[in-house]
Amino acid sequence: MGEQLAFYFDQKHCTGCSTCQIACKDKYDLQTIASFRKVYEIAGGTFKKSGLAWEPQVYAFWISVSCNHCEKPTCIKSCPTGALQKREKDGIVMIDKQKCIGCKQCIKSCPYGAIQLNPQTKQAMKCDFCLDRLAAGKNPACVDACPMRVLDYGILPSLQEQYGDIRSTPGLPDAAITKPALIITPHRDALTVSGAKKI
Amino acid sequence: MQEKVGPLDKKDEKFVYTSGSHNCGGRCLLKVQVRDGRVIAITNEDDQPDTPSYFQLRGCLRCRAYRDRLYHPDRLLYPLKRLGKRGEGKFEQITWTEALDYIAHKTKKVMQTYGPEAIYLNYGTGNGGQVSERTWLKRLLSLYGGYLSYYGSYSSACTSIATPYTYGTNQTGNSREDWVNSKLLILLGWNPADTVWGTNTSYYLKKAKAAGAKIIVIDPIYTNTAVGLADQWIAIRPTTDSALLAAMAYVLITENLYDAAFLDQFCLGFDEEHMPEGILPGNSYKSYILGVSADQTKKTPLWAESITGIPENVIIELARAYGTMKPAALIEGYGPQRHAYGEQIVRSGPVLAAMMGNIGIAGGWASGKGNEARNHFVAAIPYENPCKAKISVFNWPDAILHGKGMGGDFSVQGVKCLSTNIKLIFNVAGNCLVNQHSDANQTAALLQDESLVECIVVNDQFMTASAKFADIILPADNMMERNDIVQSWAYGDYVLYMNQAVETIGQCRNGYDWVSDLAVRLNLKDEFTEGKSLDEWLQYLVCETAKQNPGFPAYETFRAQGIYRWHHDRPAIAFEKQIANPSQYPFPTPSGKIEIFSERLWDMKKPAEIPAIPKYIPTWEGPADPLIEKYPLQCIGSHSKRRVHSTFDNVKWLEEVERHEVWINSMDAATRGIRQDDRVQVYNERGKIELPAKVTARIMPGVVSVPEGAWWMPDSQGIDQRGSINTLTKYQPTPLAFGNPQHTNLVEIKKI
Repeated sequence: MGEQLAFYFDQKHCTGCSTCQIACKDKYDLQTIASFRKVYEIAGGTFKKSGLAWEPQVYAFWISVSCNHCEKPTCIKSCPTGALQKREKDGIVMIDKQKCIGCKQCIKSCPYGAIQLNPQTKQAMKCDFCLDRLAAGKNPACVDACPMRVLDYGILPSLQEQYGDIRSTPGLPDAAITKPALIITPHRDALTVSGAKKI
Repeated sequence: MQEKVGPLDKKDEKFVYTSGSHNCGGRCLLKVQVRDGRVIAITNEDDQPDTPSYFQLRGCLRCRAYRDRLYHPDRLLYPLKRLGKRGEGKFEQITWTEALDYIAHKTKKVMQTYGPEAIYLNYGTGNGGQVSERTWLKRLLSLYGGYLSYYGSYSSACTSIATPYTYGTNQTGNSREDWVNSKLLILLGWNPADTVWGTNTSYYLKKAKAAGAKIIVIDPIYTNTAVGLADQWIAIRPTTDSALLAAMAYVLITENLYDAAFLDQFCLGFDEEHMPEGILPGNSYKSYILGVSADQTKKTPLWAESITGIPENVIIELARAYGTMKPAALIEGYGPQRHAYGEQIVRSGPVLAAMMGNIGIAGGWASGKGNEARNHFVAAIPYENPCKAKISVFNWPDAILHGKGMGGDFSVQGVKCLSTNIKLIFNVAGNCLVNQHSDANQTAALLQDESLVECIVVNDQFMTASAKFADIILPADNMMERNDIVQSWAYGDYVLYMNQAVETIGQCRNGYDWVSDLAVRLNLKDEFTEGKSLDEWLQYLVCETAKQNPGFPAYETFRAQGIYRWHHDRPAIAFEKQIANPSQYPFPTPSGKIEIFSERLWDMKKPAEIPAIPKYIPTWEGPADPLIEKYPLQCIGSHSKRRVHSTFDNVKWLEEVERHEVWINSMDAATRGIRQDDRVQVYNERGKIELPAKVTARIMPGVVSVPEGAWWMPDSQGIDQRGSINTLTKYQPTPLAFGNPQHTNLVEIKKI
């Protein structure tokens, strides 16, 4: 296999603005589904009464996630027709429209909710890493849209070298399930919280 | 990455540079892809890569979702005339000729019968372009004899008026690239992650953090700014910011952490030794803080704990942080000043900045309004309103009811008193007629009474709550359908050219077109147009701008680039000259000093509500109002990332991102049996709204938020089924600025 492409997410500085989600939606003209990339709020905790005051013991952070073009993609295994394939040269997981029969097995199998059914074509659809933009020497739409510059992409080993190898935070599935090609710098609240709801 | 803007290979495809002209908080450089006369995608500038020295002006979710607004099925397509009662929402289609004939007839009649003070051009920020319809109406009405105008804004009424009492100016902000020089940034009620507040402002804060600054956010909500940028969030009860700042001052004084030499040299009224002549002892700021003033109350952290809801030790630590980490920036947002005594918070912050000598230095921040301390001249369409009467932006309902004889005690400036009530309202590109003004139910009743206002003209793209109260509705073109010029919003050293991307739809018309046709009917065509087309006016603006900006590009170049950026080799520091060279550069106040004590305010002789020094004044419908027994929740109307005020409320792409819902703390929800997603009713004596609940720990107990801007949609019982905050807000102008206290409300919530 060639060099696996991966996303980088600086969760620490994500303000949840969701511009990535909308940029993706606009680019792919996704009128009937939300987006290939979605932004989720993870929040909880409580307030402690302290005299006449309130002390927050609250956590909140955001997750921006699309298809992670996983190293161990469960979607590919689940597909009965071989419509889902992982590209040899960059690890991008693609859906072959000629082969997809709309059985939804991949949708059920993806722990990130990254695959959705196009209600018109009744076929599965998802992030293709903006292949057309990559081919034109540009970044994926979500990366270039981010006003906080918290999204990036690159070759997985390079991202690991630069940012470490954290691939999950509370709210996301255990990275062992699919080995997502996603490197995260976690939010400070994500480092301390336990029991947060999954996306 | 290099790519030319202009025609692509495909014959009918092009990229167009434009920007948003709504009151966005940002002004970004949008690159719009157009195919076969339709916008097919909206992206950012990408001709220059985003680098540490070149920040692309990236649009946020609002403009990236703009196609859903531009091609919305509810766009108004032709002029409408009211049928039935005003506000009922029944209209018939008419022609532009009929509409403009009617408006001309009413304008002539009102002018002849009542004079110019009866014609009111209401506040609105839906189009902030240099050649917006608002601009043209101002020009035409000025030529026709004038109109009643307003001062202030719904955003910044209190700070615009109160900051100059301390500093003599509103330009109290350093430029943003200076934030990397701060050791500590305290963001008090300021949430640029959602309000944007100048394109890239949150990104500049991220850079400051990377440079080592500590960031503390003080807000009733764990805001997105706090989530993405803060080291610490301090939860505060709305309306109590001045109590917190007073207690911080107490710590700085009693622990001797403050810069007495700075205060002695530059300030008036901090202590008894630096007061104006003839003021009795006990009236200085220090006396107030130490309780040797009339109220005999020490403003201790424990005193503030009971008011603000912030633990005493947190207040002490905060004060010590501000007292030891210099330079530091205490930045006040506008939210805390949209309160019943909003003027006080505005003047409290600068005292702390002065106590620590954080004024006039790199990395500091003078506090107060915070307009950037450098100007870039961009020419405007000329007009001179011969009518000198002005009212506060918030006071127009009074001018409708009892304008005749109304004077300074009801905000009137420019004349001793008004000569007439308001009889004709132009409400263009704005939704303040009902939706964004306080007390929607009362306002609606006022407007429904046709014996009061005789004619209401609305110009908009959608049937907003305000448009429903029109007698005539004129369909407006969209920002993608016109050329214009827009300035950066609040911060940013650039000006943008908005290139028309697509043709206007239906019978929508550009403001210049229809106002010119109105000018014909008022026999003012030549005076109004000066024989110029809209494009020639835009050329005129560029030409006038270039006269004062050497190097400004020629019109066609500016238009093709879509932007002109000014370059500066160092940050702008507010009051740098005044601090470095005080003998030559006094502060622009009457005393030449920073006026912690204002004699001008003292002379107003209303110390309970307009004190000469900033004080904490417990508000009506605040945490100390006995009404809290009946309505136990403080209700604010925070800004949502998915709207710009009321613009974008009808955009479903953005509703997908963030549903309109009331934020309620998990504990408050539990005691009311409210669970996530339950539909609830929020109510008080003024009205009722129904919407889903967001049950969250991100808002402090005792506080709820109905994000401002949702469209008022009363059902047959008058219950607002969308949930405009202003169904619940009170029409009671603030004492000094006559500003809008729209975050000061008490409510109760129940599950329905």
